[in-house]
Amino acid sequence: MNLGTRKILDRSFTALGIGSIVIMGMTLLIVLVPIVGKGVGAAFFKGTIEHRKMLFNEFGRGDKAKLNEEIIRADSYRRKAFQMLAGFEAELGRMDPDKQLEYRERYDQVRRSLRPLLGPLPGDEPPALTRFQYGQARWDKAEEKLHDFLYETRWDYSNPNAMAKEYFVTRAAGFEGTSLVRLFPYVEEHLDRMLLPEFTFYWGFITDRSVDAHIFGGIWPEIQGTFFLAVGAMLFAFPLGVIAAVYFTEYAKEGFLTSILRSANSTLAGVPSIVFGLFGLAFFINTLKVSESKSVLAGSLTLAIMILPTIIRAAEEAILAVPRTYREASLSLGSTKWNTIVTVILPAALPGILTGGVISLGRAAGETAPIIFTAAVSVGSAIGLADVFSSPTPALSWNIYNLASEHEAASEIRHVQYGMVLALVSIVLLLNLSAIILRARISKKLKG
Amino acid sequence: MTADAKEVTQTVSGSASVRDIYLPPERKKISGGGVPHVVAKNFSIYYGEFEAVKKVNADILSKYVTAIIGPSGCGKSTFLRAINRMNDLIPSCHTTGALLFDGEDIYGKFTDEVLLRKKVGMVFQKPNPFPKSIFDNIAYGPRLHGVKDRKTLEAIVEKSLRKAALWDEVCDRLERNALGLSGGQQQRLCVARTLAVEPEILLLDEPTSALDPKATAKIEDLIQELRGSYTIMIVTHNMQQASRVSDYTMFFYEGVLVEHAPTAQLFTNPGDQMTEDYITGRFS
Repeated sequence: MNLGTRKILDRSFTALGIGSIVIMGMTLLIVLVPIVGKGVGAAFFKGTIEHRKMLFNEFGRGDKAKLNEEIIRADSYRRKAFQMLAGFEAELGRMDPDKQLEYRERYDQVRRSLRPLLGPLPGDEPPALTRFQYGQARWDKAEEKLHDFLYETRWDYSNPNAMAKEYFVTRAAGFEGTSLVRLFPYVEEHLDRMLLPEFTFYWGFITDRSVDAHIFGGIWPEIQGTFFLAVGAMLFAFPLGVIAAVYFTEYAKEGFLTSILRSANSTLAGVPSIVFGLFGLAFFINTLKVSESKSVLAGSLTLAIMILPTIIRAAEEAILAVPRTYREASLSLGSTKWNTIVTVILPAALPGILTGGVISLGRAAGETAPIIFTAAVSVGSAIGLADVFSSPTPALSWNIYNLASEHEAASEIRHVQYGMVLALVSIVLLLNLSAIILRARISKKLKG
Repeated sequence: MTADAKEVTQTVSGSASVRDIYLPPERKKISGGGVPHVVAKNFSIYYGEFEAVKKVNADILSKYVTAIIGPSGCGKSTFLRAINRMNDLIPSCHTTGALLFDGEDIYGKFTDEVLLRKKVGMVFQKPNPFPKSIFDNIAYGPRLHGVKDRKTLEAIVEKSLRKAALWDEVCDRLERNALGLSGGQQQRLCVARTLAVEPEILLLDEPTSALDPKATAKIEDLIQELRGSYTIMIVTHNMQQASRVSDYTMFFYEGVLVEHAPTAQLFTNPGDQMTEDYITGRFS
């Protein structure tokens, strides 16, 4: 190969390398930026007085005197709106029955679209669910709800060949000529004074229980559940994996059985996680009966089985990478094989073993499928350490899925879902970061 | 024992009796030394089918320095590593004949290789300190064998480092990682680590091949210091080194022990044509 071709090949390869790294970085940015941006919105947002009321009633947090003063201030504006409602109801009573029927329906729609903004209206039964006891807690949501209040959504079916088009009609138009027509501009203009939005840092998002299935409150039960499950999985898988790796590298004689075991281990690493989930249900819960039904214990065991092959392989590679000379030195000093493994080989292999361990920990924290049948519930409170043997737990990975697909008010609480995603991604990234730091520190210590 | 020794000495080619040797003036006879310490009788080592060491008969005399020379692949390292059974690490390796240490068969059915290795220390070609502190490196052996008391350990560490002529260089940084030392220092540390378990025999497997001349000279001086206290066997590629440090020399060629004689004699008046060809550099 002549010099010119070689140089061209060299350059094009460098260019390809840089290109792929740039693409990777961009992808990472495209994934991470929305996650961080929207996830942060779960804790930093413009909170309304309804949020502060909720915090005070549910968590006893906040300044009571200030809150009362605010409530009085907000109510002075709300009262006018309520008076308009009452005025219209009186007007409605005086109408002839036909007209009354027509307006009644539209008026009910108005009330229905006002409740998400201001909470229960005068004359309503006190609602049972917490989510209906408060108005809109977030100002960004309140602005959307204001639109729903001002405009009625209609669908245009005129073109049978295309999908129906959405269009908006002002509700005010429906009440032309009545006293209620004044309500709409009034609410639009005074909404901020009725809700008193102010910039809020809701740190409780991390540490609070959830209120009424994540409509309000935080995600502590999920974080704790994820922590229990991942650490529990590690408790089972790490010692077992390291011992198995020691067996494979130090004791197993090369033979049929060993190669079968090795390939079984590799196969296990490639099994889809949902299969582990079903296996966990069938084996740990139905057969071994480690718990009555779903429990953290069963989930941890299932996750442990799932991450075991990774840990074994990482530990095996780390042990094989320990220089043969360490082994020789130790043995030549009259050390037994066992002693050599414990005092020389494992300490020298520790960085690699730990890296494998922490990466597996991150994987255990993030997996959803294995815990669906074995450990996860969608709504629940944080469980105590004593309950891990018998109680299921909410967990970040499962609840992200749940909020995205199964929650009855999913579209109302996207911010919670993003918050959970950010929390999970942060936990996994932190774990991986700590693995890198740990590895660097131990390697540095070993190298002197 | 004496009967054995007599029998073996006769098999050593080129000399009637290795005990009545000519020693240069600087190499004094060692009182209490000269007893056969390691005795090989028709001793062969195989790697699978391959016979790496062929029917060696020799006796290694206590407290003296024996050098093993020979071209690469001649089986000299294999023979050395057989003495503390480091060859056990190679699964296909097996032996025939007998290799006796203090009259006991090293490859005997009931020999405890861990106990044996405690008595037969070894220093390897490349310095191989553990990735631990200097102190922990030296204390590793004694700790293994049950010394727990810190004071005793400190005494052992100091004594071993002094014997290995390393104490003055490292006494103020015993807690530092041993991998921070220079190559020569690391190798002397390995010697000290071996001495800390108080072996009877010191096996040196090309201990200076990875070192620069200055560090090599230090190791050679160290061997002179230790001569008389331990039975020392050193495998070397460097014939000047063999002639400088050893009392006896064994020359291996293709697994056969060609000649085993006092060093001065082997280098000045070799008993075998092959030996002469090798030491004069006609092949290597």
